[in-house]
Amino acid sequence: MAPHPARTQPTRRRDWSGLLFVLPFLAFFALFLVWPLVLGLGTSLTDTTLAKDGQFVGLANFGEALDDPVVWSSLWHTLLFTLLSTPLLVLVGLVFALLVHHLTPARWLWRLSFFAPYLLPSSAVSLIFVWIFQPDFGMADGALAALGLTPEIGWLSDPAVAMFSIVLATTWWTVGFNFLLYLAALQAIPDTYHEAAALDGAGGWRRLWTITLPLLRRTTGLIVVLQILASLKVFDQIYQMTAGGPEQSTRPVLLYVYQAGFTNFRIGYASAISYVFLGLVLVVALVQLRLFRSPEEAA
Amino acid sequence: MSPISRRAVLGGALAVGAASALAGCSAGAGLADDGRSLRYWDLFTGGDGATMRAMLDAFRAEHPEIDLEAVTLQWGPTYYTKLAMAGAGGRAPDVAVLHLARLPGYAPAGLLDPFDPDLLAEFDLTEENFPAAVWQRAQYNGQVYAIPLDTHPYVMYYNVDVCREAGLLDADDQLIPLRGPDAVLAAFTAAKQVTGAYGLVTETYGTDGVNPWRMWWTLYRQLGGELLTPDGRDLAIDDAKALRALTFMQQLTSSGAAIREADGSGSIALFSSGQAGFMWQGDWEVTTLLASGVPFSMTRFPAVFDNASAQADGHSLVLPHRRTRSPAQARATYQLIAFLLRHSVTWAEGGHVPAYQPVARSAEYRALRPQSLYASVVEELALDPPVWFAGSASTLWLEMGAALSPVLTGRATPAEGLAAAKAAVRRLLATPNPVQ
Repeated sequence: MAPHPARTQPTRRRDWSGLLFVLPFLAFFALFLVWPLVLGLGTSLTDTTLAKDGQFVGLANFGEALDDPVVWSSLWHTLLFTLLSTPLLVLVGLVFALLVHHLTPARWLWRLSFFAPYLLPSSAVSLIFVWIFQPDFGMADGALAALGLTPEIGWLSDPAVAMFSIVLATTWWTVGFNFLLYLAALQAIPDTYHEAAALDGAGGWRRLWTITLPLLRRTTGLIVVLQILASLKVFDQIYQMTAGGPEQSTRPVLLYVYQAGFTNFRIGYASAISYVFLGLVLVVALVQLRLFRSPEEAA
Repeated sequence: MSPISRRAVLGGALAVGAASALAGCSAGAGLADDGRSLRYWDLFTGGDGATMRAMLDAFRAEHPEIDLEAVTLQWGPTYYTKLAMAGAGGRAPDVAVLHLARLPGYAPAGLLDPFDPDLLAEFDLTEENFPAAVWQRAQYNGQVYAIPLDTHPYVMYYNVDVCREAGLLDADDQLIPLRGPDAVLAAFTAAKQVTGAYGLVTETYGTDGVNPWRMWWTLYRQLGGELLTPDGRDLAIDDAKALRALTFMQQLTSSGAAIREADGSGSIALFSSGQAGFMWQGDWEVTTLLASGVPFSMTRFPAVFDNASAQADGHSLVLPHRRTRSPAQARATYQLIAFLLRHSVTWAEGGHVPAYQPVARSAEYRALRPQSLYASVVEELALDPPVWFAGSASTLWLEMGAALSPVLTGRATPAEGLAAAKAAVRRLLATPNPVQ
């Protein structure tokens, strides 16, 4: 969406009031984001610990991080969580929004019940789901048993299952945000489109595919970007539901950074891992930018 | 009447905000050093937290001249992070609680100050008043760095009704001591037949995740095994002994004598609702279980193998490093520590075994039931090796818990569990020591 070159330029008058308006934010941005970012990079080049200021060690921490199998396995867990949670959170959000948009009776109730879990703190959500996922007497096993099923799923105790359980809990907890964005976008689609299509004989599914979904594309793009970034930051619910277990099968990279820095006191090394992670997130962000920009520019 | 403009109000609010922010920065700078105010940190919540608050209130009542500020921080790595940073900054609280096994991670780095032997003698905080093994662990480089408050061993809880019905109690309603792996398995199986649900419940996985380590370390020490060489530099695991302990652990769950999958809170819920005959856990669940009303008692961890060692750590009081500490301030600090130790029979109600021997030998403590029934364990403590990565909430515990948990849940063989445990310890040994 570059500005059209033929557009007339407004009179060039230096007006600094705009800058004054953003100055408070810029000051906070520089003080609490840019400066710590620079400081952290400096720390990652030293062997600083919680107990002492470190010596400059060059890229030794980065070398160790790239050689550390736990860095790679925890990066994979973060990626796995993102790959599992993002499609689910986007699709479920969309389906819920479509349902609520068409369910006219007691719409406020549906809207509230799908969004309410999003307002809970992570500690409450984790506690609830740790009890739901208890072996034998938990609600999850109880519900399956009521259906006559006893599959003995180790919800949080089986390394092959635990990540899925966490994704399930996360979906219940945070899908409300995507749902709300989709619902707002749905309500912004003018009824006239649907009326015209209906007059032309288009059925419900036809209208969904050719009117609703294409018109939601920009919202979907936004939601996917926000969701991927949110999923990559996963820490709270895993720390509180499994602490990275069982057998470290759900330890995300941010939990490893926390353990290296705050349990093992190695601030320099922990900084280095977090900058490796930052690099990967930047790559993902750039790829996303390319993927989502091209179709819109073509349009 | 001049109207107050919005701009003036906003400007005023901003100035007030900035001023209070600056004041906040400087509040900690001027440390009291005249012995009239003390700052104390601990990590006790729940039952222990309430008990400690009562003891601190008693101190305040006895010493109205001292203004005592007590701060409770969250248990675990978060507490130890803050304590280390406070010590590194040299403006720490006057006194803080530290798990004794964490001392090798704190004393060598200069994060703590040593105690003054003369003042200790004056307040009767001397060697002969503490169990030898515990006192020895409070030393570093020939100086006293910690005053032990308690020992908290791994113990066995049992449901009195269930065990009576299973014929496991003597005439005085006490558990007949279990000796040897077969007797232990048989007792749990008998209890399971009574409850119809579980024999032994214990944490086999979960966020705390430490219990598999506690169990293995207990059993392995009962066989006389060592984790590290005496200098703490190399792995010294005896494979045969380690595997014997792990095989027994797997036998417990695979035979059905013990629950195969339970997390910490789940196992406590099962025991306190009467669905299990036995529970293995640290001694600190007494308060919770007393409140639940379940008919229970406690005893030492059984002698499954050659001796009756039990994994343990303990709380101690330390002096986080401060750049200055005046004689008056030191005296007030020692006064508080001595007070807490002399009154540690209150503390013992929460399940911990008092380290201060005048209290441990007192009739008042011996009358505490079930809290004093396992006190003799202090002669056979399985303490952590003295290295920087050991102790409560340490990486060693978390990593070993994660490596050994699948042996209990049946997802790994004892040999696989041992290989994972050895790999974890080797990784820690290869990690540069952050405190030296």
